[in-house]
Amino acid sequence: MTLQITDLRVYYRTLAGDVRALDGVTFGLADGEIMGLAGESGCGKSTLGNSLVRIDGRMKYVAGTVTLDGATLPISDNDQMDEFRFTEVSIIPQYAMSAMNPTRKIGRMVGDLLESRGVKFGDMRGELERRLDLVGLGADVLDRYPIELSGGMKQRMVMVLSTLMNPSLLIADEITSALDVTSQRAVAETLVEFRERGFVKAMIVITHDVSILYQIADTLTIMYAGKLAEKAPTRVITDEPRHPYTRLLVSSLPEVGVRFEDRRLTGIPGTPPSLLGPPSGCRFRERCPLAFAKCAQEPPFVEIGPDHSVACWKAD
Amino acid sequence: MTDPLAGGRPLTSETVPQATVAPGAGASAPSAPAARPARQPSETVSRRREVIHFALRGRKILVGAGVLLVLLVIAVAGPFLRPGDPNAFVGPLGAPPSAEYWFGTTTFGQDVFAQFASGLTATFLVGLTGGGIAAFIGMTVGFVAGYRGGVVDDVLNMITNVILVIPTLALLLVVTAYLSARGLFVEAIFIGLTSWPWAARAIRAQTFSLKTREFVDLARISGASSWRVIFREIAPNMSSYLFLTFILLFGGSILIAASLDFIGLGPTEGTSLGLMMYNAVAWSALQLGMWWWFIPPGIGITAIVGALYVMNVGLDEIFNPRLRES
Amino acid sequence: MLQLEGVSKVYRVGAFGGTNLTAVRDVTFSVRTGEVVSLIGESGSGKSTIGKMMLRLLRASEGSITFDGTNIAGLDGEALRSYYRNVQGVFQDPFSSYNPVFKVDHIFDLIRGTYFRDADDVEWSHKVEASLDDVALDPAQVLHKYPHQLSGGQLQRLLVARALLLDTRFLVADEIISMLDASTRIDVLNLLGDLKRRGLGILFITHDLSLGNYISEKTVILSRGRIVEMGTTEKVYGNPLHPYTRTLMSSVPQLHRTWREVDADLAATGADAAGRCVYHAAHPEADGDGAGRIPTGLVETEEGHLVGCFRPYLEGAC
Repeated sequence: MTLQITDLRVYYRTLAGDVRALDGVTFGLADGEIMGLAGESGCGKSTLGNSLVRIDGRMKYVAGTVTLDGATLPISDNDQMDEFRFTEVSIIPQYAMSAMNPTRKIGRMVGDLLESRGVKFGDMRGELERRLDLVGLGADVLDRYPIELSGGMKQRMVMVLSTLMNPSLLIADEITSALDVTSQRAVAETLVEFRERGFVKAMIVITHDVSILYQIADTLTIMYAGKLAEKAPTRVITDEPRHPYTRLLVSSLPEVGVRFEDRRLTGIPGTPPSLLGPPSGCRFRERCPLAFAKCAQEPPFVEIGPDHSVACWKAD
Repeated sequence: MTDPLAGGRPLTSETVPQATVAPGAGASAPSAPAARPARQPSETVSRRREVIHFALRGRKILVGAGVLLVLLVIAVAGPFLRPGDPNAFVGPLGAPPSAEYWFGTTTFGQDVFAQFASGLTATFLVGLTGGGIAAFIGMTVGFVAGYRGGVVDDVLNMITNVILVIPTLALLLVVTAYLSARGLFVEAIFIGLTSWPWAARAIRAQTFSLKTREFVDLARISGASSWRVIFREIAPNMSSYLFLTFILLFGGSILIAASLDFIGLGPTEGTSLGLMMYNAVAWSALQLGMWWWFIPPGIGITAIVGALYVMNVGLDEIFNPRLRES
Repeated sequence: MLQLEGVSKVYRVGAFGGTNLTAVRDVTFSVRTGEVVSLIGESGSGKSTIGKMMLRLLRASEGSITFDGTNIAGLDGEALRSYYRNVQGVFQDPFSSYNPVFKVDHIFDLIRGTYFRDADDVEWSHKVEASLDDVALDPAQVLHKYPHQLSGGQLQRLLVARALLLDTRFLVADEIISMLDASTRIDVLNLLGDLKRRGLGILFITHDLSLGNYISEKTVILSRGRIVEMGTTEKVYGNPLHPYTRTLMSSVPQLHRTWREVDADLAATGADAAGRCVYHAAHPEADGDGAGRIPTGLVETEEGHLVGCFRPYLEGAC
């Protein structure tokens, strides 16, 4: 499978105008690739993830194309997207564990979902139980109500649900943030397992936690203020980042072993620009220690090495 | 946990970087959002502006408020247009509406319009007084039970349940047996004392949920007393809910009063819309085809209560953005 | 400075309060001046409950909490207000900590209303600006704004500034970093480090092990209400003995080290302790406790390093 996103722009409608949450994003995803999408709050990563599945009332599709396996995804048309959801593109939304209807047994909910896709529950039952077993949930979970499960269990249940129809592309939106540290590892490793077993062909894992991405992602994409800052294989991003923002981000993470008295880490001073009327030129200009005159002109997102693209004039 | 642009409990509609988003049934308190980017002041739309923007555009509110305003004008202007005792016998007996008597006259020659205008005033007063008393009791009980919890909560709950379960009609019959002469305010007080339980329950529930918010803890470790916490921290966050509760109690009081009047348990003097209908039925207005006697008060009651409820829905949509059909 | 002795918190739940839910079980530790103690645990471990008990937002069911020798359970009214002059807290969700109806200045006004009634406006604004300076915030940028107009990091720092308006000597920082972005986290953490240098005692409650390692002197690992391991940060991180601590260490995602590498490292250290229960070796009589309750005592395996019973994390421990 291949995913190609070209100049995608999705804005939010607000009373004060359009918030340019996603402002021209271009990249591709190869078969079997787990791509981590990281960045601070408001950078547009969740918008990107959500727009590939469902553009809701507040969002406005402005421009850009998304092609999956050569076919264009009609992301601007909710009805047309219906046939792609769950079968080609699927999402594990943020706070998915709260997404299960608390008044229905889980098995019934799965049945409803499958029926809406025209698949009989009975036909899928065997596969469903195999997958539940794989993630460490017994088949009896289908007879329970969501409230009877712990956070980690619910998350794994939703993961099984979202991948039941073997979508080509899976988007995981902050699926580990609300979990305890021990469940986080189980959930993250389950994602990789899904890819290994071929349930899903490629994934976009959205999170602010770069350390988790280090563990499971093949490539990392860093976003800033609605645009892509850098995309490269994971080790390259963590060991040899080229974009100043990526560099500052990576160096501000306290790893086990670093102590305040020995080496005082620094954050990134300032705040991201408002996306209501974003500044022209490079959006990181205000906070960038390397900013110079040319930064008044927006740097293009160009490839500077094998699979390594950066949007910075100073990157080479 | 870190939902990028959310201001409230995360749902897709809340990933919009709005000024504030208010989740929860009717409460206006945003809750549990995550780290967000800072924005320049010019970009954020203050909550008040947003509320006013939608208020002026909400059809339901405008229609509801409009109807109420018209009726209020009639009530206020009535005594000037038709001075004198509305129950006086002034005109021809049982006359249909005419230029002189806009709503015609009753079997006894009383001016129906004068009665209507006076009845409206009485109805508004009953609503305000009855609703006001119920609101006061309901809020006190609700806040104290919700904030204190424990034994206090259990006791207040018991009281609430008892009042809820008492058959108000039976109680009223007993009261009327003792009070042979009853005015409007006795009726209003009675309604106020018996219709507060649901409000107390609802406010208690909201208070419970707000009490767990961290700003309440912060107020407590700043040395604020319990009352200060309730009135300065919790209540302002429920202001829209309290307002809506009052509107519902207001409308409810009017409806109860009209029903009581209609079955003859209302005030023994004065007029009200319910009394008008009571009299109309008692004197066979329907059979005699005197539609002008019972239709105006009927429409009047329906219009007030209906307008209030419609306004309530409209206001709820404003205070609770998730209900808006955008 | 602040000492917990055998503190427990039991809730009555269920219909008519029939069942008991023990949130905190027999916890004993202390925090000294100029010391940061990390209280590490997952959700449901009772760490927030301990923080709230220290702030007198909850009352301990058993045991005592003493501040400078005085038991705080008996404090009320004026004495309680006095306590809050010295002991303050900052909570997890910056957006929930501010009453959304008011501007952020409200949190300062609350303090002023209780403690500085006589201060005039000029004097007060100087005090506020001095505290804001201490937390590296620009008064012009943060005052007179509504909470939603500021970022999470700014809001958290404002809360610290509020605590500094008083003579705070002890601060309870309950998961104050978890809702912040990576880039702002470190700023707030550094702020805590600076406060530590100034002599404040801090209880740093978190679920994130890497943060604890960065700024704390002592670490307390909490699981299901009881302390399972406790000691100086170097000893606990360097030589984790309790199986729960080891599970935590192996699950924390680290940058530049994969989980597999961490697993291998862990297997190498404390390999002799992993298979047997250190606690049982010191207290063989702890086995056969008829009620099946897990003992809450700790055993000192080396100086400054204490470990609790390994049940239920190790099969056949006893």
